[in-house]
Amino acid sequence: MPTATVRVRFFARYAELVGRDEVELTVSIPTTVGDVIRAVQAAHPGARELPDRPLVAVNLRHAKLDAAVRAGDEVALLPPLAGGSEGVSEPRA
Amino acid sequence: MTHLTQQPISLDALLARVASPERGGTCIFLGTVRNAADDGGVTAIEYSVYDEMVEAELGRIESEVAPRWPGAHVATMHRVGRIGVGEASVAIVATAPHRAEAFAACRYVIEEVKRRLPIWKQEYRLDGSTTWVGPSEAPGHRPGVSPPEQAPA
Repeated sequence: MPTATVRVRFFARYAELVGRDEVELTVSIPTTVGDVIRAVQAAHPGARELPDRPLVAVNLRHAKLDAAVRAGDEVALLPPLAGGSEGVSEPRA
Repeated sequence: MTHLTQQPISLDALLARVASPERGGTCIFLGTVRNAADDGGVTAIEYSVYDEMVEAELGRIESEVAPRWPGAHVATMHRVGRIGVGEASVAIVATAPHRAEAFAACRYVIEEVKRRLPIWKQEYRLDGSTTWVGPSEAPGHRPGVSPPEQAPA
């Protein structure tokens, strides 16, 4: 099964929970943001406290949990934004 | 770094980016650190950011202005690090041929900044404790601001 290496970054309170601000993960592809989050939670004990559906960004853009992730992508898990943007990861259709 | 600074924000520098003889309206928004938490006692706020994404997202937000308000230009700066009560954390300068477009563009940018930028606040309190601050305003409470045509996906 083909695999890809992705960089996962954590910010603010999530970085405190995980105990680091980034990890590299090798995942089977094709894969999605949601799969990457589950892989992080499996590999890093602190990450189990992350919400299952956090805000996320892929390659510096807000993304949905079902967005595809490819080799070399940067996936960022974002705590609720200070400005009040719950749901920015669930763009209007 | 074009949208982020560790230093006090210079309005003059922002004005210089967007001032022009054909733009007769200038609207400035400043967001400042306030001491209004429920229990008071906030002495400072530390802003942490996903800096590469803030730059990218602010570039997108600024590029959304011109198609909506022809002739309008905006310059935005967010300060990061520890900022004391009363100091500015964000500044937006919008210029346009006329005031209506300058006001509208400025309002659009601050609302999108609040909604889309990956920025987090940690409050420093008088007793020495620190707290991550969540969203402070109800999402969707954005009177008079239309959503972007393209969701930030």
